[in-house]
Amino acid sequence: MKFWRQPGFWLPLVLVLVWGGVVLFIHQDLMRETAFILLMAVGLASSLNILLGYTGYVSFGHIVFFGLGGYTGFYLISEQGWSLSTAAIAGGLLSGLIALLVGLAVLRLRGAYFALATIGINEAARAFVSNFEPFGGATGLFVNFSAYQKYGGAGEALWTTFILLWLTTMVVLLVSYLVKHSRFGLGLLAIREDEDAAMVMGVKAPQAKTITYVISAFFPGVIGTLYFFKNGNIEPGDAFQLHMSIEMLVMVMLGGMGTVLGPLVGAVGYQWLRDYLLTSPIFKDLHLAMAGVILLLIILFVPTGAVGWVRGRFPRLRRFLE
Amino acid sequence: MWSQLTASLTDGLLLGFVYGVAAMGLTLIWGVMSVINLAHGPVIALGMFGTYLLFTHLGLNPYLALIPVAGSGLLLGLVIYVVAVHRVINAPHLSSLLATFAVNMIIIGICTAVFSTSPQNIDYSLGSLEVAFLTIPASRLIGAIGAILVTAGLYLFLYFTRPGKAIRAVANNRNAAELMGIPSSQVLALSFGLGTMLAAMAGGLIATFFPFTILSGGPYELKSFVICVLGGLGHPLGALLGGLILGLLEGLIPTFMPVSWVPVLEFGLFVMVLLVRPSGLLGAK
Amino acid sequence: MSAELILQVKDVCKRFGGLQALTEVSFDLGEGEILGLIGPNGAGKTTLFNVINGVYPPERGQVIFRGEDITGKPSYEMARRGLARAHQVVRPLADLTVRENVMVGACFGREHHGLRASRRLADEALTRVGLLDRADQPSGNLNVAQKKRLEMARALAAKPYLLLLDEVLAGLNPAEIAAMMDTVRAIRDQGVTILMIEHVMQAVMSVSDRILVLDYGILIATGLPEDVANNPLVIEAYLGDPKMTAKLLAE
Repeated sequence: MKFWRQPGFWLPLVLVLVWGGVVLFIHQDLMRETAFILLMAVGLASSLNILLGYTGYVSFGHIVFFGLGGYTGFYLISEQGWSLSTAAIAGGLLSGLIALLVGLAVLRLRGAYFALATIGINEAARAFVSNFEPFGGATGLFVNFSAYQKYGGAGEALWTTFILLWLTTMVVLLVSYLVKHSRFGLGLLAIREDEDAAMVMGVKAPQAKTITYVISAFFPGVIGTLYFFKNGNIEPGDAFQLHMSIEMLVMVMLGGMGTVLGPLVGAVGYQWLRDYLLTSPIFKDLHLAMAGVILLLIILFVPTGAVGWVRGRFPRLRRFLE
Repeated sequence: MWSQLTASLTDGLLLGFVYGVAAMGLTLIWGVMSVINLAHGPVIALGMFGTYLLFTHLGLNPYLALIPVAGSGLLLGLVIYVVAVHRVINAPHLSSLLATFAVNMIIIGICTAVFSTSPQNIDYSLGSLEVAFLTIPASRLIGAIGAILVTAGLYLFLYFTRPGKAIRAVANNRNAAELMGIPSSQVLALSFGLGTMLAAMAGGLIATFFPFTILSGGPYELKSFVICVLGGLGHPLGALLGGLILGLLEGLIPTFMPVSWVPVLEFGLFVMVLLVRPSGLLGAK
Repeated sequence: MSAELILQVKDVCKRFGGLQALTEVSFDLGEGEILGLIGPNGAGKTTLFNVINGVYPPERGQVIFRGEDITGKPSYEMARRGLARAHQVVRPLADLTVRENVMVGACFGREHHGLRASRRLADEALTRVGLLDRADQPSGNLNVAQKKRLEMARALAAKPYLLLLDEVLAGLNPAEIAAMMDTVRAIRDQGVTILMIEHVMQAVMSVSDRILVLDYGILIATGLPEDVANNPLVIEAYLGDPKMTAKLLAE
C-alpha cells in the first residue's frame, strides 16, 4: 500500500517535524524545555497506543519501560562512558527484552488481570532497582559531568538530546502508522475486537501480542535514557512513577486510542491543560483529580477520544486523521 | 526466634481477617457484575480517614465510628455506581476498568489536596492481651472479631434477606433475574455500595492498627486483588480464606527478607495464581 | 462421494468438571460432503466443533484433518491448514468495517495473502454473500442475518478445505433460510466440504448428504437423512422436544 501517498501518514510527522524545526531555529532554552516535555509525552503516549490502541491490552504500569531503559542508558553513559545515542538504543533494547520475558507470563492474562499485573511489574521493578547497587540503590545515579563534555558542554548536550528526542518521536509515529496499516496490524485490530475469534481466523495471537509489547516497550526505553541524561540524575522514585503511566493512558484515551494522531493530540492537549491547572491557584493541587475527571468523561461520553470523535462526525476527514 | 515467628504469624493471621473483609468488598462487586473496582484502594483510605476524623473531632470511639463509616461507604458506592459505572456496565470490560480507575484518581486527587500526604494516626489503645507467651494487641483481636462479625453479617444478608437474595440472583444470571422482575440496576447499585461499604469498614479497622496516609489504600488494594484471585472471584468466603493465607505469609516473610520485598512477592503470587489456577482455591463463581 | 477422508474424528472425549460433554465420538467426513450434525440442545455439538477447531483439546481421542493429526493444536493453527468456522453466536470485529472483517479471514487463512490481494478477495467474498454494498460500514451496525453472511464471507475468504457452520440459520426467516441453503450448496459445489450444526430440520435434512445425531455427548445415529429420521433412537432423543419430533416425523 502506497503509504507515502496518504495524507494521514504525513500529518503527524509533518506536525512534529515543523514543531521541532521551529524550536531549533529559534534556539531558545525555555522553548526547548517546553517542547522537550511535550515531545516526550507524545512519544510515550504513542508507544503505549501501539499496545493499547491496537491490541486493546491496557498497560497501567507502562512507565516501567521508561524507568528500566532510562536506568540502563544512564548507567552506560555515566559509568561506562558510552555515547548518548548508543546508550539510548541499548536502553530501548533492554526494555524490549524485559517486555519479551515478562510478556511470556503476563500476556497470557486477559483484560483487567493483565492491567493489574502490569502495575505489579512496575512496583517490582522499583523495588528491585532500589536494592540494586550498580544502579545506585535507593539514592540512584548521578551523571558524571565529563559525559556532557563529549557534546561540547552541558548546554550543547541539551540541544543534542532534544534533537534525538525529536527524531525518536517521529520514528514512533512512523512505526505506529506502519504497524496500523500492515497485515500484522490488521491481526492486532482483530485481537482487540475479539481475540478468540481472531485466533480461529488464524491470527497467531500470542506471538503477535508479544511482538507488539516489545515494540511498545522499546521506545519508552530510548526516551527514558534521553530524559534522564538531560536531567543529570536518576532515582527509583522518579523512574517508576505510576502517575506518569496513568497520564500516558489519559493522553491516549483523550486523543483517541488506535489512531496515530490521537496520542499526539491527547499528549499536547493534556499537557496544556495540566500546565494551565498548575498555574491556577484553585486547581494547583487538583491535577490528578482533573485527569481523573477527564478520563471519566471520555470513557462515559467520548470513548473514541477527540480524533475518534472527529472521524466519526466528519467521515470526509478520515483520510487526514489516521 | 520461634516465639518471634509465632508472634509474627499470629499477628499476620489476625490482620488476615481484616484483609479478608477488604477483599470481600472487591470480590462481591466482581462476582455480581464482572467489574473490577479500581477505586477500591481510595475507598479503604477514606474509611481510614473517616474513622480518624470522627475520633479526633467528635471523640467517637473508633469502633462505634465504624457504623457511620460503613453507612458513608455504602452511600459512596451508590454514587460511584450511578455516576461512573452504570453507563458502561454493558460495555467491554476496558471501559468499566478505566471508569473506576478514573474515580480512583479523582478521589486520591481531591483527598491529597484536602488532607495532604502526611501520615495520620489514631491514638486509641485498648492495651494488649496475654495469651500463653504471646502479647497480642487488643486492637488486633477486636479487628479480627469485627471482621468475623462482618462476614457473618454479610452471609446472613445474602442468604436470608430479600435484597440479599436478589443480589445472588443477579450475580447468577442477570437476564433471568430481570425476567423475574428483579430491578437489576438497583441491585447492581446496592451490590456496589455493599462492596465499598466493606472496603470502608476494613479501612476503619486498619486505621486502629497502623498509621496511614491517603495513599495507604494502594497496598491494600493490591493485597485485595491477590486475595480475590487466590480465593476465587465472587466467593466472599474465599476472600476471607485468601486474606488469612496472605496474612500468614506476611507474618512469615519479614523473618527472612526485608519488608520492602513484600509487594514484589505479592505481585509474584498474584501472577503465579493467575497462571496456574486462575479460578482460585475455591473456584470462580 | 469421494474416497478422500478430509476429517476423521476418533473416540473424542471431553469433560468439563463434573460434566462429560463428549463420549467417544467418532466419525469420518469425506471430501465434498455436506454433513449435518443435529441433536437436542446441550448435546455437545458446539463442544465437538470447539474440539475439532482447537479451542480446547479433548481429554482423549484424535482429530485428523487431511491426514494430519491436529488434536490439541491451538485454534490459530487451523485456518492456515484450511479449516474455517462460522460461529453460532456471530462475532463480528465490531469496530472494523465489513470489508476489513473479511480481509482478516483472507490474510490469515490458508493462502496468507497480503493486504492488497486480500482486499480484492474480500470484495469477491462479499459479492458472493451479497454484502458488497455494505463493505465500508462498521460491522457492528449489521443486522443478524447480515452478520451471519459476514461470518460466512469471512470464513470463505480463508479459502478453506473444510467449513464448520454452527447454526447459520438461527434467527433467519424462511426466505433468508432458502437463500442461505443455496449459498451452502454453491460453496460445496466449489469444492469446500461442509460440516454443519443445525436445528432447522427441514433445511438440514434437505441439504445434507449424511446426518450425525448427537445426544448427551454420544453419537446415537449416523446415516442418510431419511434413515436417521426414522431411527427410533433419534425419535426417542427428541421426545423431550415434541416440536422436533413432529418435524422429523413429517419428513
